Amino acid sequence: MSKNSIKEKNIIGFTINGQAVEAEEGWTVLETARYNGFHIPTLCYHEAIEPSGACRLCVVEVREGDWSKVVISCMYPVKEGIEILTDSPRVHNVRRWVLEMLLAECPASKEIQALAAEYGVSSSRFASVDKENQCMLCGLCVRVCNEIVGVNAISFASRGTSKEIATPYKVPSTACVACGSCVTVCPTGAMQARLDQVRGDISQRTGHGHAH
Amino acid sequence: MTQQSTAEKLDQSRLNSTQDLLSLTESIRGRRDEKRPVIIVCHGTGCLANGSPNVAEALRQAIKEAGIAAKVVPQIKTTGCHGFCSRGPLVIMQPAGIFYQRVQPDDAQEIIQATLVEGRPVERLLYEDTKTGERIIHDYEIPFYKHQQRIVLKNIGKIDPTDIYDTIGAGGYLALAKVLSRMSPADVVSAIETSGLRGRGGAGFPTGRKWASAVAASKKRPGPVYVVVNGDEGDPGAFMDRTVMEGDPHAVLEGLIIGAYAVGSNQGFMYVRAEYPLAIKHLNIAIEQARELGLLGKNILGSGFDFDVEIARGAGAFVCGESTALFTSIEGRAGEPRPKYIRSVEEGLWGRPTVLNNVETWANVPLIIERGADWYKNIGVPHSTGTKVFSLVGKIANVGLVEVPMGIPLNRLIEEIGGGTPGAGRFKAVQTGGPSGGCLPYELGDVPVDFDSLTKAGSMMGSGGMIVMDEHDCVVDVARYFLRFLEEESCGKCLPCRLGLKAMLEFLNRFARGEGSLEDLAELENLAKAVQDGSLCALGGSAPNPVLTTIRYFRDEYEAHIKEKRCPAGVCKDLISYIIDPEKCTGCGACARSCPQGCITGEKKKPHNLDPAQCIRCGMCLDSCKFSAVVVR
Repeated sequence: MSKNSIKEKNIIGFTINGQAVEAEEGWTVLETARYNGFHIPTLCYHEAIEPSGACRLCVVEVREGDWSKVVISCMYPVKEGIEILTDSPRVHNVRRWVLEMLLAECPASKEIQALAAEYGVSSSRFASVDKENQCMLCGLCVRVCNEIVGVNAISFASRGTSKEIATPYKVPSTACVACGSCVTVCPTGAMQARLDQVRGDISQRTGHGHAH
Repeated sequence: MTQQSTAEKLDQSRLNSTQDLLSLTESIRGRRDEKRPVIIVCHGTGCLANGSPNVAEALRQAIKEAGIAAKVVPQIKTTGCHGFCSRGPLVIMQPAGIFYQRVQPDDAQEIIQATLVEGRPVERLLYEDTKTGERIIHDYEIPFYKHQQRIVLKNIGKIDPTDIYDTIGAGGYLALAKVLSRMSPADVVSAIETSGLRGRGGAGFPTGRKWASAVAASKKRPGPVYVVVNGDEGDPGAFMDRTVMEGDPHAVLEGLIIGAYAVGSNQGFMYVRAEYPLAIKHLNIAIEQARELGLLGKNILGSGFDFDVEIARGAGAFVCGESTALFTSIEGRAGEPRPKYIRSVEEGLWGRPTVLNNVETWANVPLIIERGADWYKNIGVPHSTGTKVFSLVGKIANVGLVEVPMGIPLNRLIEEIGGGTPGAGRFKAVQTGGPSGGCLPYELGDVPVDFDSLTKAGSMMGSGGMIVMDEHDCVVDVARYFLRFLEEESCGKCLPCRLGLKAMLEFLNRFARGEGSLEDLAELENLAKAVQDGSLCALGGSAPNPVLTTIRYFRDEYEAHIKEKRCPAGVCKDLISYIIDPEKCTGCGACARSCPQGCITGEKKKPHNLDPAQCIRCGMCLDSCKFSAVVVR
């Protein structure tokens, strides 16, 4: 809706952790919560990029009458009269398991260790495949490259437990403009080490000497 | 497919009105000679694998040789699956209805001579009742068929699925004619709502309500509406939808056209997994034939309604059976689901209102239209109306496909129709609803098989796969099997599914090795709940079901692994050992010859020895021993 619209914006009222909040129609629960100062952790979310719902750390419990469900706040649209709980036992259970599994998945990520510690998770019972790994496949790098930069230099390859972030044919991408947006949005520090594999040797490609 | 049907092909041009169709139906029926012998040879996938084309060829040859050139040449008809797969290849002699099972090409001459020339059945090929030992002549007297109610499958096994005239003669497209001549789109939606039909793909969402929502959504946002068939049946041990698509493709197509008319769609898609080549072939033939006759395309039956359909082949990802992943796959992207806070009926394929229903759901639609919603809702039980097709597999005598009214008790389905588990024992558990369903114990045998009762028991209807287990199946191993399948099929987008299934498997692997503690068991349940709550789509959301139900109903078996380091079913390799009972061993040497490790030694005709240090517990010796001398401890 444009700023000049004379039509009143539709205001939606509901509660977060018992406190009454208001949101504009079309907002998500996460946007409303952050606007009102409630803390909800996220990894795969960025204000500038379409949410995808991959990391599931932003889960909240939504209650409506005697119906209750765990949803992701980054995509759940606000609705009149719902009750949102940001740290109920069910929510806490999802978060602590995701964090414990992430510790094993990305043992080299300082960011994930710090986040896990915040939720009281300091060690993991699960096996680590790659001690150097920092990437948790949240896909922010892929989305920023597609949505904001518009060059699609990287994407997901393979499926399930063998899924990875890759350039086509796993060779340096000539589509990459070396803008570094992927590094900026990466929540775990994984993209920093990979940028060179993505862009290759820019000087070779442009013929203009150093691109920096 | 059959030469005879081509010969019979009517010189029919495009049908320009519903009256044209009715006349065609009458004329096909009028030309039928009810006394003409028809030999039906099942060409379902099971019988094909057992060599039924060779049987059909041998029968053709035998007819030629027997010189039955009288007035009526017997017709050989190849049809879709009859369901009694464990008894294939199946041959049925019509019009007498004599049912022959496990027929080999060598039997052809005798079948023709005895049945057609002398008019008596071939005793040795008849079905023998497993309880009474009596030979049964007709299929409808066999317990496997007697207790079924076949309405969706009614034409399968009777018609040649590659011949549209055979389908039309059996009443195909009459429901479409009724809809186009006498019903408004709203009438159709309301008939489906009244019938109580619920989605056969697993979740059981009311079909009529889904259609009505799509109509409402398309009114708000004018533009294209899509109807889609979900034929991405991927559950291990499930083949209901495949059978319907292979055996009666026009039923699915007719249902889809009617649905398209009801929700105002002009374009449909059939999403079928590429692993079903025969289903895709038959659907393609059906679409082409329907288009030629004017049952599909522009101005269907002269009604002014346009609708066409395209087949989209799935590339084998289990997750593409999930609605939003299926849409992204049709759109040409990697099949990954998205959150469904906005429903597919509002934003589905290409962001447009879309009605996605399962194969069996679509196949139910013409029945409801033709025979009426009231007739339909009286079948089954109040909140689960109609019938359901199930595939019975695992430790069950009558492996195959059955259709029963909703609400039938589980043990009637398994014991009466399925013939129970082979051997003396009773069944131990049944996995209903595929890998994401639950494992129900024998004690819950009286649970009615309907959507709500199964959900209450911790399982689900799913698409209708039933895997029966006996006392030689270990529940920890079963849970591991299903989790491994789902871990492999996880798309990897959300963390609780990609990492959670792997983590759950780590817990189960520990138990299977006799490691872990009771606290681990409690933690596994917590993790299962986190995966249920946290996963993006139904794949992860229901993946913990086999784990949670096996813990709920077989906790003692889990505890035996953890506390006593013992696998009661004798399956988990780290917890069992093979020994040779010297009392029973005759020294025949069969086990020693079969052992890949060479760890069984002994003199001829003297009890043998097995070296446990070298044994890899593969079980080859157990299978090879004819004297029950190899024992699992």
